[in-house]
Amino acid sequence: MTVAATVSAPTTEPPRPSAPAPVRDPGGVLPLLRQSGSLAWRGIVKTVNSPEALIDVTLQPVIFLLLFVYVFGGAIAGDTSSYLQFALPGVLVQTVVFASVGTGINLADDRHSRIFDRFRSLPISRAAPLLGAIGADLVRYLISGVIMLAFGAVLGFRFHTGPLGVLAGLAVTLAFSFALCWVFTALAMVVADPRSVQGMSFMVIMPLTFGSNVFVPASTMPGWLRGWAEINPVSRVADTVRGLYVGGPVLAPLLGVLCWAAAIMAVFAPLAVALYRRRA
Amino acid sequence: MDCAIRVEGLVKRFGATMALAGVDFTVRRGGVLGLLGPNGAGKTTAVQILATLLRPDAGRVEVLGLDVVTEPAAVRARIGLTGQYAAVDESLSGRHNMMLVGRLLGLSRAEASARADRLLDSFGLADAAGRRAKTYSGGMRRRLDLAVSLIGRPDVLFLDEPTTGLDPRYRNEVLDQVRVLAAEGVTVLLTTQYLDEAEQLADELVVIDHGRVIGAGTPATLKAEVGGQRLHVRPLRRADLVPIAAVVADQSGGIAPVIDATGEVVVTSADAAMLHRVSARLEADRLPVAELGLRLPSLDDVFLTLTGQPAESPTTTDDSAGTAGAADSLQEDAA
Repeated sequence: MTVAATVSAPTTEPPRPSAPAPVRDPGGVLPLLRQSGSLAWRGIVKTVNSPEALIDVTLQPVIFLLLFVYVFGGAIAGDTSSYLQFALPGVLVQTVVFASVGTGINLADDRHSRIFDRFRSLPISRAAPLLGAIGADLVRYLISGVIMLAFGAVLGFRFHTGPLGVLAGLAVTLAFSFALCWVFTALAMVVADPRSVQGMSFMVIMPLTFGSNVFVPASTMPGWLRGWAEINPVSRVADTVRGLYVGGPVLAPLLGVLCWAAAIMAVFAPLAVALYRRRA
Repeated sequence: MDCAIRVEGLVKRFGATMALAGVDFTVRRGGVLGLLGPNGAGKTTAVQILATLLRPDAGRVEVLGLDVVTEPAAVRARIGLTGQYAAVDESLSGRHNMMLVGRLLGLSRAEASARADRLLDSFGLADAAGRRAKTYSGGMRRRLDLAVSLIGRPDVLFLDEPTTGLDPRYRNEVLDQVRVLAAEGVTVLLTTQYLDEAEQLADELVVIDHGRVIGAGTPATLKAEVGGQRLHVRPLRRADLVPIAAVVADQSGGIAPVIDATGEVVVTSADAAMLHRVSARLEADRLPVAELGLRLPSLDDVFLTLTGQPAESPTTTDDSAGTAGAADSLQEDAA
């Protein structure tokens, strides 16, 4: 601590003996990136400090894959190894999309823990706490995706394309989840209770992942469901990843993914920031 | 300009509830203002508006000459806030909490690190700096919270009930830290329900209730306003409270006695003659007392007089509502 200053009335500046705090302009893209970076660092340190919080992106995908391939695989595709070949790209997408629900739950938790009041009382951009949390979660998504691919390879999945294709498939999946997590971020700004956020998020995520061609071809579904499964963005992401991993069209489904991602972001990212700001 | 905080006609509504109904006060630079009031008086709402977390519905609020509505970012750069609940990240270590906020305030890594070490050291947290805040005791968390809000070297510090829920030892530690800061020239606005805390720290007090200022001044002037010595009687048997209060009422020349939260009969504007009369009557009526005497008003008395209800004490919280009810009904009886 610094030495005591006299309390006699100053004229313009307060009598703090230390150098004045640096001028902190919360505006601008660079400060926003720097602040988001600091907050993303926080999220990553948090994860490192409590690795048990990673179970939903590590163990859960593994269980899902085992369950679907060995319980349902034979019935759906005749034998488990050809089902693995069909399902792995889709299950990868499903896993990472599931992980994006965690973003909303974590943010709702943050609101609960009052750390957000601290952030809101700091001279930082209003978008930084949200961007920072999402930035840290991209690392979680990446971990879950990598685990899924590695475990898939262990079970016998054969990539028909090169490492570039594998990375591209992962990148498309992460990009879509990044867009989708803004939905859950906005939800977390409206619903404070983390458990409610979880419950409501699953009402969004279930029709998205199961009402898609991730687990079974859409052609086996009744007409109304097939209609949904064909426009469902998760089907488009799964198609793109299948194309990139085992061959097939990539460009057409990729365009669909990009349109969906852009549309979701355009609606929910500004909405989430506005909802967060409204509380300030 | 020697006003660090200027609040004029501050109004805030939550739906139909009027949280602040036109509040005015100022805090001079380097001063410590205690904002006192019972639960729900509007203290936290006022602090949240001053700290730019809430927008006022009407009125004008300036912190260091900056308008909190039109220049919130500039205000945020110069204030520190410690709320009722420690706003620290429990899954980060104490040091990481400090670093995070330091970096968000625009400090370089080296500067944030140096300040973090200094503050952790002076708050007695150096040994625990590497541990997750989750493992901290309540007192350590509060001290960390306070340390975090100081890393940006704020000129104005808001402390919203900084000691609520702390046991006495940790309370004193936090209070000591606030004293050090005030001595360094930081302007402090402190809300509290604990009068002794306000009396120890604050050089000016503002008492609010139901969103209005009902008293203001130094602890000494507020006590003077309540006036005179007080006669207090503590019965040996609690069952004698009402008959004893009746005796006191007889001898107090029309001033209604009240029963305070601790189970004492208290009446204002007392003198030695009244003490003797009451003593003689109690003796004659065979009403044994544990304590009987005269004393100068405490801030508790000020609070009781201004708000019509006893201040919450750090030790008795649960049964105070019941006793307050008894005091109310007794006042009605005596009137």
